[in-house]
Amino acid sequence: MKLGLVVDLDTCVGCHGCATACKQWNTSGTIGPLSDQDPYSKDPSGTWLNRIRTYEVGDTPNSKTVHMPMSCMHCEDAACVTVCPTGASYKREEDGIVLVDQDKCMGCNLCAWACPYGARELDAEQGTMKKCTLCVDRIYDLKLPEAERQPACVLTCPTRSRTFGDFDDPNSEVSQLVRERSGKQLLPELGYNPVNTYLPPRNKPVAEVHAQASVSQTVKGWVNKIITR
Amino acid sequence: MHPAFSVLIFTVASGAGYGLIFLLILGHLVGISALQDQMLILVAGITSLIFISCGLLASTLHLTNPKNAWRAFSRFKTSWLSREAVFAILFYPFVIGYLLAIYLQGSQLNGLSALLGVMSLVIAFITLFCTSMIYASLKTIKQWNTALTPVNYIVLGLMSGSLLLLAIQAMLAASPATDLYNLAFVFLAMGAVVKSIYFYWIGKPSGSTIKTATGFTQASVRLLDQGHSSNAFLNNEFGYTVEADKLLRIRMASLGLSFLIPALILMSTSSVLLVLAVFVCLAGLLAERWLFFAEARHVVRFFQANKKD
Repeated sequence: MKLGLVVDLDTCVGCHGCATACKQWNTSGTIGPLSDQDPYSKDPSGTWLNRIRTYEVGDTPNSKTVHMPMSCMHCEDAACVTVCPTGASYKREEDGIVLVDQDKCMGCNLCAWACPYGARELDAEQGTMKKCTLCVDRIYDLKLPEAERQPACVLTCPTRSRTFGDFDDPNSEVSQLVRERSGKQLLPELGYNPVNTYLPPRNKPVAEVHAQASVSQTVKGWVNKIITR
Repeated sequence: MHPAFSVLIFTVASGAGYGLIFLLILGHLVGISALQDQMLILVAGITSLIFISCGLLASTLHLTNPKNAWRAFSRFKTSWLSREAVFAILFYPFVIGYLLAIYLQGSQLNGLSALLGVMSLVIAFITLFCTSMIYASLKTIKQWNTALTPVNYIVLGLMSGSLLLLAIQAMLAASPATDLYNLAFVFLAMGAVVKSIYFYWIGKPSGSTIKTATGFTQASVRLLDQGHSSNAFLNNEFGYTVEADKLLRIRMASLGLSFLIPALILMSTSSVLLVLAVFVCLAGLLAERWLFFAEARHVVRFFQANKKD
């Protein structure tokens, strides 16, 4: 199995719901509290496993606002696991989920340096590295109804722009989405082979911009044409 | 990259210590006449142990959960940090054995002390190499992911080691030995060349951009919103940015203090001034190591669209 997420950049509206649901679930999950520092002060800080950035792609009038949620990509060649000196970071054989054993981490930061996606954040209070667990404590919980055995971010997404599934199965929903919508990996040139895939926005007709026609503009246009000849 | 002071102290001090012990034992084994003195070997050997031990202790200060530091020996097969830790500890029994043999038998070599010496110098070199590979193995940081990184660490380690060795020898013998004097000069010149090549090389644009990061390779991409209203771990660790003119000034200061001023002091050949040269050089190398971090740009900055990328 190769579990991971597909994020549809066409439908994500950047509401930060996935990040909030993630924090709510995981702060009492297997990797312990996700601490905040001065959360109600002028300069709040804290540990999050999912960050949403907003970009403007292209130039007006052909520009598009794209919201890009980023969490751990559960890379197939996870450099964060390779560099870890204590063995706290590991990638599970059975489903490819990358996890940090909080009891072994010494907080050297090296895995965060090795991660190109900013997926790992050092918990300032606990002193250990925190990262997305793909809600490993949800997706295998047999006490939950089957439809709820999904990561918290996927369940909460109001636009259903996040899909969870097995990338090894060619008929899974995620594999089909990646095929049909030509899903993209981020920073493929680094060769980490991230599992999470992003569906680029669909091409939509460009809103036409009509220039106001006036007599003087029309005459100017004619003069310009004559002069260039 | 945010320069953690403990890591700067660690790499500079342990680099100088490993460089010193490497040159000392090598010189002793190949029979450089100035280094066949029991007192000199003991003083230089213990000095290098102090430098190395202080460096290693400083390195543990940047751990946020040091109670698990003992686990760092467990991933020798894959992690350069783990390899560095293993070799750093493995070094001690050999070098202590070697110094003990010198203490008991004088500088005359026998089979055992020669073997201990060879092992110590080989492990010292490997440890220095492992330290540099911690940084050079990170594909996420273009300025580190180069063969120039280990070359820099090794040459600068040997350079500060050769200055230390010369200063200690000159203090004990009242006049500097020509061999060591020439060696220090050669390493100062090599260090300056190697560092200049590095500065030239990192100035060349290459690698990832915000376009390959976001996957929109056919259009211009601008960040509208970082998604958080104040700095957190990512910005503090990777967003560290220094003004270009300040970087330039520190580069000049680092080149001057590390290479030029020690070389000028060396020409005076006064034993007391040689000790000064060592301290000036170490201060310059601290600035050099600070630059090594401050000028390194992690790819996550493309997502965050931190300034000057």
